[in-house]
Formats: sequence, structure tokens, C-alpha cells
Amino acid sequence: MSENLTLPAQQGSTGTSTEELLRVEGLTKHFPIYGGFPIKRKVGAVQAVDGIDLSIGVAESVGMVGESGCGKSTAGRLITRLLEPTGGKITYSGQDISHASRKQLAPVRSEIQMIFQDPYSSLNPRQTVGTIIKSPMEVNGIEPSGGREKRVRELLELVGLNPEHYNRFPHEFSGGQRQRIGVARALALKPKLIVADEPVSALDVSIQAQVVNLLKKVQEEMGIAFLFIAHDLAIVRHFSQRVAVMYLGKIVEVGDRDSIYNRPRHPYTHALLSAVPEVAMDDETEARERIRLAGDVPSPIHPPSGCRFRTRCWKAQDKCASEEPPLLQISGNRENHLTACHFPEDPTTEARDEDVVLDPALKALEADAKQD
Amino acid sequence: MTTLTKPEGAPAPTGPDSFLSVRDLKVQFSTEDGIVKAVDGLSFDVERGKTLGIVGESGSGKSVTNLTILGLHNPMSTTVDGEIVLDGKELVTATEKELEQLRGNKMAMIFQDPLTALSPYYTVGRQLSEPFMKHTGASKKEAKVRAVQMLEKVGIPQPKTRFDDYPHQFSGGMRQRAMIAMALMCDPDLLIADEPTTALDVTVQAQILDLLKDLQQEFGSAIIFITHDLGVISNMADDLLVMYAGRAVERGTVKEVLRTPQHPYAWGLLSSMPRLDGDIDEALTPIPGSPPSLLNPPSGCPFHPRCAFTGEVSGSLCTDVRPSLGDGRGSACHLSAEQKQTIFIDKIQPRLR
Repeated sequence: MSENLTLPAQQGSTGTSTEELLRVEGLTKHFPIYGGFPIKRKVGAVQAVDGIDLSIGVAESVGMVGESGCGKSTAGRLITRLLEPTGGKITYSGQDISHASRKQLAPVRSEIQMIFQDPYSSLNPRQTVGTIIKSPMEVNGIEPSGGREKRVRELLELVGLNPEHYNRFPHEFSGGQRQRIGVARALALKPKLIVADEPVSALDVSIQAQVVNLLKKVQEEMGIAFLFIAHDLAIVRHFSQRVAVMYLGKIVEVGDRDSIYNRPRHPYTHALLSAVPEVAMDDETEARERIRLAGDVPSPIHPPSGCRFRTRCWKAQDKCASEEPPLLQISGNRENHLTACHFPEDPTTEARDEDVVLDPALKALEADAKQD
Repeated sequence: MTTLTKPEGAPAPTGPDSFLSVRDLKVQFSTEDGIVKAVDGLSFDVERGKTLGIVGESGSGKSVTNLTILGLHNPMSTTVDGEIVLDGKELVTATEKELEQLRGNKMAMIFQDPLTALSPYYTVGRQLSEPFMKHTGASKKEAKVRAVQMLEKVGIPQPKTRFDDYPHQFSGGMRQRAMIAMALMCDPDLLIADEPTTALDVTVQAQILDLLKDLQQEFGSAIIFITHDLGVISNMADDLLVMYAGRAVERGTVKEVLRTPQHPYAWGLLSSMPRLDGDIDEALTPIPGSPPSLLNPPSGCPFHPRCAFTGEVSGSLCTDVRPSLGDGRGSACHLSAEQKQTIFIDKIQPRLR
């Protein structure tokens, strides 16, 4: 299969003409596990993020999808340097910040902001909305023209809240409104990159669209680059120009939106897309493929050797266990569409002749049903 | 207009097939802040072997309805009015003892979060066997055979050894499988699944949903499937009930409600949801505002503060008169049938493409 390889992945995953804002290479985070008595020793490590390469261009929105425990949130926290990476390199605007000290980071911090998942726990309940949004400016000693309060009121208006709510407390707001406060706080310092970690998954369905639209407006009008981390594939598709798919601490596939959603190559991307429950609006929509994996995601403490997806993959062979597939532009992929797989799938999401059903219980029940 | 003001809870004849029938159910909690009308005049039927889907946002009363059917509400602070008839048996007035005989036997529940719903102190096997022994009088040995058989059916590898494991030794997807096995132990006629896959990942969710569907064909239970995800419901249910602020606002078969919805709330839900094959440049159309407080629900139609079409209804009907929802296909809205159709075709359908 090696003749399939056409281009080494040296370019990282970008290549778009836009200027590069952030680049990570071989980013790794292992959380140590201590055990033993009476002296605790390191007995293992949770390999949350294990060597990912990704780049984000100026004003580009990149989506990151994957199931819980695949390391997507850890990756986001590493990029904002809320966590210290175990290995690898993070370059922001040409400056290496992977192990930068607090002091060195100070100017960068104001340019990389974060929006958190849970708007109920990410706002201090003892502070008023005004104080919450103002505090990033105070910490960074920024004095906007017209004063901080004026700027806060502008921000509140921008995110669709009433500026008169300046003196209210977070508990007086609903979930969607709180998330808007979180967005206003992230915007207070005019950042260049916002890492949004599951910004809408804690919200009600009818509210999610409000926040997605707000983020999209902010991204387009203010030219802010976004790393949009979510498990909802439909929302990520709506928001991101480029999408990275993660599985067990690795990026298994990355490419532009159309490549990932319409021409996926990695079996895991196929499985993910086929698992999304969709409302069938009419009978004519072409049938999508049906893939039902077996079991759950393996533990990141002892990830499988070689390709990490091989334990749940229907195409796995001996090679997958011994050799880790590199993230490359395999033949048949468009430019900048990289896939880490030895035996990639056809680039289509249409229904197959036969469903892939790996789950033993489902297999048995469906075989019974066929016999009857 | 007189037809429109007819109270929703007018007793309707229950269909011959309806196995569970809920009529004009009202559930109220008294809290420090006042009385919460969690469910306000809800009626529906479930047929044998069919799946009824209930969709709604958090706080729309969908979970409370089902806890009330099982009699799991706190009787000290809850008042329940109306009728719940399961296979000819009235449940609202039933004693705790009678309910105990039904729970886990005739009706069973699959909860949202299997980690909190399973007891951490007992092995999975013991939790599976207990209701079976209680309801059928089986011995411990017989119960174990049945439990192992059920664990195998739901796809737990090595069910014999897993029988003696504790819930924390199971992964999330396996715990939910164990919950399903537990619910099916006594071959219940009614299965209530309250957001059974919300805590799971998409690939695991797809496995569990297909499993539930296949098991239903084998066991023939009626299922009430509660969720907030329209995609999930479209794959699972036969009939659909859309709830808003403790009331049913639209009812019909899944195809009818999802393809030709009639209620503005259902329109809003469908057009605020991004689709995998939707137009990316088109902004989503969210429902403005946020869900109402049930302490002080809006007068008239509970959806009117967020509704974009109140202007099309003459006078102050929307704010003053509560619209009714009849039996069968329909929606609780003051718009006339023609208005609904024109608005849906002209304004809503293009957004759903």
C-alpha cells in the first residue's frame, strides 16, 4: 500500500494561502498515574493527547470532533496553555510558546481566549456580569477609550444582551444568556484566536442555534480564528472551514469541510458520520451507509498498538497492529486532506451493498429477524 | 371559535388498541417559590408493540410525566390529577403496594445516566436478579440463568463472569446495556426510556438505539421514548408528541410531525437544527427567547412570547385563550389549517433544505 502515499505531511495540515496563526507539531500530553504503597511511584500514564499536528490560519475556523475521552478538550487546553505539554511544540505567530513562562506568556494570553462548555460553572456566581467581563481588561491593564465600563456595555450589546444588565449576577440569566456572557468575556481583549470547547452542548436545542449564529457572526465580522471543539458533527460542519477528527489522542483525518463530510477516507470518520441520527425529511434522500461498531473506545492508558482504531475496525489486518499509519495525503484525496490509515475506504458516504454491523448482539438479533 | 376554546382534557374514548392511556394529566409541585405546573393537561395513548416518542426541551415536563406513570414522584409535595390507565388498571389512585407489583414487572424504565441509576454497592448480576426473583418467585439459580441470558442478548461479552462485576467495572455503553437487560428481565409490556442515549457517544448511541429497536421486535413491548434529539426520534418512534411548557403542542405519526409540522414550536425546532446535508452559508434560524418558567407560565398559548406568527391570528386569541389539542393528528395553535399550510410551505420548508 505504500505506493498510495504521494506527499509527506511536512506541510502540517494547512496550505491555504492565508497566513498561519498557530501551529502545533507532535503535541503530546500524558497525565501520570501514581500508585503503590508506601512510596507512590509513577505506574503509567493516560495518553490523552499523543502527537498531534495541526495549524490554524488567521481568521480561520477549524473544527475538532471526536468522542468523549479522545483528547479533544485536552488539546484545546494545551493550545491555550492552560496545561503544560509533555512534548511537542506550539508556535503562535512565529513564537514558540510550548514551554513559555508565565511572564513570557502574558502578552500571548490576551490574544488566545477560551469559551467553556458549562456556562453554569464557568462564571463566578459572586461577581456581577460587569465585573466578569471587565476583569480580563483589568488583569491586562487595558484602558479602552471611553473607559472599561463603556466597553463592557458595547460587548454586552454585541452578544445580544441588554447593556442595562451590567449589574446583574449570573444566576439571573438563562443558560443561553450565560453562554453569551462567556462569549463577551472572551471578546473583551480583542483576541486573535478563540478556543471554544463544546460551547453549545450544555444548552437546549432551541438555544443552541442562537449561540452558534452568534459565534459565527463574531468569527466572520471580527476576523477571529476559532478552534471549535465539539462532538456534534452537524454543528461543527456548520461552523468550520476545516475539520480534524480525533480518536484516542491522535488526529486520524483532517481536511476541508467537504472532504471530511462528503469524501471521508478513514473508517472511523465513516463510522462517526453514519452514526449521526438525522431526521429523514423525505423518502427520496439517498440512503446513507450504516456502520455499527462494536464496544466502546479503548482506554487511553493502554491504547492499542499500531493504528489505535484497529480494535474496532472492520478492515484491520496484521499490518495495522504492527505499524502506525502516518497522517498523509493518500492517493485519491484532495489537497490538504490527510488521512492516517493503511486501508482507506472509498470517498463516499452512500449506502453500501451490505451494512457493516460489528456489534455481536445486533448481529445475532438481526440474523434471527432475517430467518423469520 | 367555540370549538377552539374547548378544554383540552375533554374525556376521549380510548382506542381499542391503546394499552396505556393518559387523560388530562396534571402534575404540580409545591415549592418555596410557589406551585410549579410541571404537566398541565396532557393526554396521549400508547399502543402495544408501538413506540411513542416524546420530544421537548428541558423543563417541558416529559420526564415528570413518565415518573408519574411509574408512581415515582414524591407524594408529599406533588399533586396528581387526571387518569393514567395501564391495561385497564387505573394508576393515579393505585396504592404503593399495587404499583410495586407493576414496576419492574409490567412496566420498566431505562434511565438517562446508568452510573447513577445503578447501585454501586451491588453487583450487576444481583441488581438484575432481584426484580425477577421478587416478581416471578424464581430461585436465585433460575434468576441467574435468566440474567446471564439477558446480558448476552444485549451484547455484553462473557456474561457469566460479568454477572459478578460491579457497575464501575463496566464502561458507559456497557452500563446502558446492563440497564436495558435489567428493564427487560421480567418481559415488561411497557418500557419507558428517558433519554437513554444522551450520556453516550454517537457511535455507541447508534449501537444502543438499533439494539433497542431489534429487542422491541422480539419482545413486543410498547415503548415511550423521551428525548430532545429529533434525529434520534425520527429513527426510533412510530408516533410523536411534542411537548412545550408541560403541555402537548403537536401530535401525529413521526413522519407527519417531522415532514409537515403544524405548530410554530415544531417549525422552530426543525429549522434551528443544523443538518449534515444542509446549506452551510444559510444561518440557522433559532427560536428567539428562552423556555418559560413553569412557576408562572404565559397566559393563553404558552409559546406566544416566542412565536413569530401571533400577528396572523385575529385579536388577542394567542395571549388570552389556550389552544386545544384534539385526538389524533393535530397541533395546539390558533392558526387556521390553511394558514399553517401556507406558512409552512412558503416560509418554513425552504429553510429545511
